[in-house]
Amino acid sequence: MSNVDYKVFRNETREWLENICPKSMTGKVNDVAELYWGGINAEFISDDQKHWFEAMYSKGWIAPNWGKRYGGGELDTQQHKILIEEMNKLKCKPPLFSFGISMLGPALLKFATQEQKDKYLNQITKGEIKWAQGYSEPNAGSDLAGLQCKAEDKGDYFLVNGSKIWTSYGDKGDWIFCLVKTDFEVKKQMGISFILIDMKSEGVSTRPIKLISGKSPFTETFFDNVKVPKENIIGELNKGWTIAKYLLTHERQMIGGVGGNDGKFDPRKIASEYTDDIDGKISDPILRNELAEYEMNDKIFSMTIERAIDEEKAGNNSGAISSLFKYYATELNQERMELIMALSGHSQMIMDSEKTKNGYIAKQFLRSKGNTIEGGTSEVQLNIIAKNILELPNK
Amino acid sequence: MALVLNEEQKLLKESVKDFFDSKEKISALRKIRDEGKDLYDENLWKEMCEMGLTGLIIPENYGGLNFGYVALGQVLELIGRNLVISPLISTSLMSTTIINTIGNENKKKQFLKKIALGEITMSFAYQEKSNFDPYFINTIAESDGDSYIINGEKFYVLDANISDYIIALVKIENGSLGCCIINSNAEGLKTEKTEFMDTRNRGNIEFNNVSVSKENFIEIKLEDLDKIYNIISIGISSEMLGISIEAFERTIQYLKEREQFGVPIGSFQALQHRAAKMFIEIELSRSVVFKALKAIDDNSQNLSELASLCKSKLGRTVKLVTNEAIQMHGGIGMTDDIDIGLFLKRARVAQQSLGDYNYHLNRYADISGY
Repeated sequence: MSNVDYKVFRNETREWLENICPKSMTGKVNDVAELYWGGINAEFISDDQKHWFEAMYSKGWIAPNWGKRYGGGELDTQQHKILIEEMNKLKCKPPLFSFGISMLGPALLKFATQEQKDKYLNQITKGEIKWAQGYSEPNAGSDLAGLQCKAEDKGDYFLVNGSKIWTSYGDKGDWIFCLVKTDFEVKKQMGISFILIDMKSEGVSTRPIKLISGKSPFTETFFDNVKVPKENIIGELNKGWTIAKYLLTHERQMIGGVGGNDGKFDPRKIASEYTDDIDGKISDPILRNELAEYEMNDKIFSMTIERAIDEEKAGNNSGAISSLFKYYATELNQERMELIMALSGHSQMIMDSEKTKNGYIAKQFLRSKGNTIEGGTSEVQLNIIAKNILELPNK
Repeated sequence: MALVLNEEQKLLKESVKDFFDSKEKISALRKIRDEGKDLYDENLWKEMCEMGLTGLIIPENYGGLNFGYVALGQVLELIGRNLVISPLISTSLMSTTIINTIGNENKKKQFLKKIALGEITMSFAYQEKSNFDPYFINTIAESDGDSYIINGEKFYVLDANISDYIIALVKIENGSLGCCIINSNAEGLKTEKTEFMDTRNRGNIEFNNVSVSKENFIEIKLEDLDKIYNIISIGISSEMLGISIEAFERTIQYLKEREQFGVPIGSFQALQHRAAKMFIEIELSRSVVFKALKAIDDNSQNLSELASLCKSKLGRTVKLVTNEAIQMHGGIGMTDDIDIGLFLKRARVAQQSLGDYNYHLNRYADISGY
């Protein structure tokens, strides 16, 4: 199929990364605030960060698998995988933190006009625009298609009114991609459009949301008589639902990637730190059992990911199993956090101590409750499996 | 090697599937159970031998196909799906594994070729308690010149009543363990057939001063015994995977057909979510079984860990699926008129073989060192 020599590519990539990536741009990312976000008011926090972003941009590796025309690197799937692997090995930080690449880009590539692609994709790879997502509404969560935020055709522009909720970093966004109602007369999925809105437009405002785990990146976003140019619609008018479904699959895969052990959060380590043992065994046999059960499921889930990748490589269509991964990864992550809380007893529940990093684990535990809600609830994933894979009947 | 079947394994699985599809299976099981005339379908067994299924893990120089355990696992999965009664598990999984693992050249020559050709059947007699306890062995072999004299009792030995040879796990005077290969007609060996819930052939064996030539005694190190238990556990997990898949598919089909309140019951979300959860558990089970089978072929160092992961996960999955299968079939699922209950019966027996969910979870924690 291709005559790329992947071994050579891997070697060259590693060598290039080793030479170019500054030391300060490697290591674990503790807070996304330390990454470069781009955007209209973008500022690099260090020369290293600037250097790293510019070098990666010159390679087209901000969006490695996009076309060169859009500032991408035109890597094939295998090359892209190699690049990620090599970056992981050297612990390189992402050169740009961007929802544009992961969440909007795929939709533009598939559904936008050539003119829109040239404009928006280049802005994304150059880091010129910070994007936010506007899907959910206070009254449209799992029933996303029941959204009410509307865009009325006023001749030479759309007039947008309504509100969105769960906008990640809505207060920091330059632009927002939204699902809006453009036809109230038809079946709800048929009257939705996908539209891009400049958040500096008059009538746009945001309000931060505080979660049970404390401060959060989420906001509510309000649109009060906001005028949006007609050319900002992506795809056909009233066909936005197709785009939304396509993007949600992407998002599901990303959220499915949560979990995994980062050492500090390994329940086995927590157990050795906090629980008593008798002859080297955790003294509470039921807690010991729960730990074993969690580890068993965690290991078998990893094997299932490995198998899915192998099946895909072998050309066996694995179908709509992204729902399986989203469901299981998030349920498992919650089990892990529950187990950590149980193993550490009261000790990690202190919110004002240096020792607990002000309740860091407790906050992670609380935050994990959202994993099975965001990106489609566990119940929605089970619906998808029942309908799309098992083909169980509708009422 | 990837976690997908290669061409050889795929071809084998397809041809064995076609073969079983063309045969009477569950009706054969019912006949064996109800008429009690035959102990198993000898013609079916003969054809299975001719297909080479008895030689899958036997090296080529002993007349086998040497396809490995991933291949054998696919056949065992189909055995589970079709509830096939045959000596394959006792002879080709259990006994062949023992001889492969601890047999010397002579023993291999003597037995493997005959197993591959389907000329002999063998049983592994290890259990002496109601629950699996790997090193609980009170069957004693006392040295007497060129022979050992065996006394003791073994319970629930798979196919004991139909096998030509019994491989008995025994203890000798110095406390070491060993396997004695004994002709089932030997003097002093008494087998009593027991009727089990799953209709499989099983028997209790009494050894009353049974004399075995020292030539047919093989000393066994604990690590080899563990390896054998691990492999058999993984093999039985493959069968349990087949049982789970078949019981699941039959249940999904029923959910689509059965109507109540004027609609198919599969349209109820209460049942849809439970069905989706079963699907997820089965997908996870496929992965761990494949990984474990592959680990046997690759001679992996962490076989004990994988065997326990595998047997405990499959124990839980097959329990979930067979229970849900009965519940979702409702009243008809409780009757002997349909087959779904037969999967539950086989599942529970298989779950207890070589340690259930709790046994292996505990063993996994032991291996993990906490």
